[in-house]
Amino acid sequence: MSKKLLAVSGIAVYAFLYLPLVVVVAYSFNNSKLNAEWVGFTWHWYRVLLSDDTMLKAAGNSLLIALTASLASTVLGTMAGYALYRYKLKLLPVLVMAPLAIPEILVGVSLLIFFVAINLTLGLLSIMLSHIAFCVGFVAIVVRSRLSGMDESLPEAARDLGATPFQAFRLVTLPLIAPGIIAGALLAFTLSIDDFVITFFTAGVGASTLPLQIYSMIKIAVTPEVNAISTLLMLLTLFLIVVASRLSPDSIRGR
Amino acid sequence: MAKNFGKWLISGPPVLYLVVFFVIPTCIMVLASFRYAGEYGGLAPVLLHDASGAHLNLTLESYQEFFSDFIYSWLFIKTLIYALVTTFFCLLMAYPLALLIARSASKYRDLLVLLVILPFWSNFLIRIYAWMILLGPQSAFSAALNGFLGIFGVGPVRLLFTPFAVVLCLIYVQLPFMVLPLYANLEKHDPALLDAAQDLGANGWQRFWRVTFPLSLPGIYAGIALVFVPVLGIFAVPDILGGTRGIMIGNLIKQEFLEARDWPFGSALSIMLTIGAMIIVGGAALVAGRRGKGNV
Repeated sequence: MSKKLLAVSGIAVYAFLYLPLVVVVAYSFNNSKLNAEWVGFTWHWYRVLLSDDTMLKAAGNSLLIALTASLASTVLGTMAGYALYRYKLKLLPVLVMAPLAIPEILVGVSLLIFFVAINLTLGLLSIMLSHIAFCVGFVAIVVRSRLSGMDESLPEAARDLGATPFQAFRLVTLPLIAPGIIAGALLAFTLSIDDFVITFFTAGVGASTLPLQIYSMIKIAVTPEVNAISTLLMLLTLFLIVVASRLSPDSIRGR
Repeated sequence: MAKNFGKWLISGPPVLYLVVFFVIPTCIMVLASFRYAGEYGGLAPVLLHDASGAHLNLTLESYQEFFSDFIYSWLFIKTLIYALVTTFFCLLMAYPLALLIARSASKYRDLLVLLVILPFWSNFLIRIYAWMILLGPQSAFSAALNGFLGIFGVGPVRLLFTPFAVVLCLIYVQLPFMVLPLYANLEKHDPALLDAAQDLGANGWQRFWRVTFPLSLPGIYAGIALVFVPVLGIFAVPDILGGTRGIMIGNLIKQEFLEARDWPFGSALSIMLTIGAMIIVGGAALVAGRRGKGNV
């Protein structure tokens, strides 16, 4: 392919990737109720957002869920990542990867049936439990990749110098893989705060999250308030992902 | 003994968690597809008690229902067509971009890859919503397109709430999944191969079709798998952009669980979807494997 053709088509694809997002951000500052013409600059939609109690409640729920889910899945995912690296358990990779490989809708509906079967009222708790289930695998992958980049002779040297296995892990391995664990935690937080499909099925009527709130606004009546919350959510995710990719460059290349 | 203890102490908690919150729910869903629907939604009891004692209350009704009306099979076929079209256009758009990145100076490559990944980390719903604005009747894009069509006397077309909107957005959300494996493959190509082809008299197109393209087939297969399978289960895109004509199998599953409340039928649909996806992936892996061996 000729160089020029390649450059032009490449730039066109980048434009295709960014144009829609730029439009959302631009309209969040547009002084008009319609997402049509550019009228003038305003902070109005951000002020509307800050006085929207339903939206603030949903944001609070999202943060609470994401904090709990990322904390729990970081602990479980680090253990799983270590087990994947250290022990050759045949079914463990399948168990850890399967929730990430099958279509999300199937995870969502099976959890819905499960929570109803065990008589758990759908709400914050059921959302948290579901988020932990799909975050564990992502954390495990990030931690495992960090572990396989580690020099294995370091914990061995600690053992030779008389450290117990636990001491060798806590004082040598853990500090070495800490950036991977933090990257995994940020990844889990981002996935949780962004999740729509699984939350949609496991939320019930009681609890709303930011994505659920955005969904109902899109379905009922689109106002530029959606653009404002979308812009803020994009900024938050962007920040988290950039930090995570600094800590563990290989881990962010795709969910 | 001590080693085994450590092994179970570390792998036990995550394994237990995933068994409880992934394996068991999946098994319950498989069982649910053989149960009767409850009177007020949900599921009827598995065991029925009567004078002769307890007996199983299971049925193949949901699967019979699936095959009895062609409308369901058609929805599956339609979903497959959407996924195929999406995959084709993703490949068409991703290839030049991946090639461009792979052939840029190495100091820019990471940045260019990051630029592909970033939009895909913005919220899924926001990316769909963005297309709702772009394709809306008042948007500049719609106005320009209809203005252009007007020159030829073709009446204004509606873009939003059509299958076109669904497929366009599916391409948009899946595109990075095609770019990344393609780039990972193309980046590894030895430039000396192209120089050798040129020395032997191959022109630009020949160098592409006879050197670069065949070598990139593993990347293409990986990209196809990553794009195609997730599309099969998507419901949010057609739900927001598709209107009534653009629905896919995921919408029917959602509807059976949340609106019609026929959980056994919804479960049966989910299982048919899983089996269908597995057959396609397994078949593709077989074909790719055979091709791959042939090339080596």
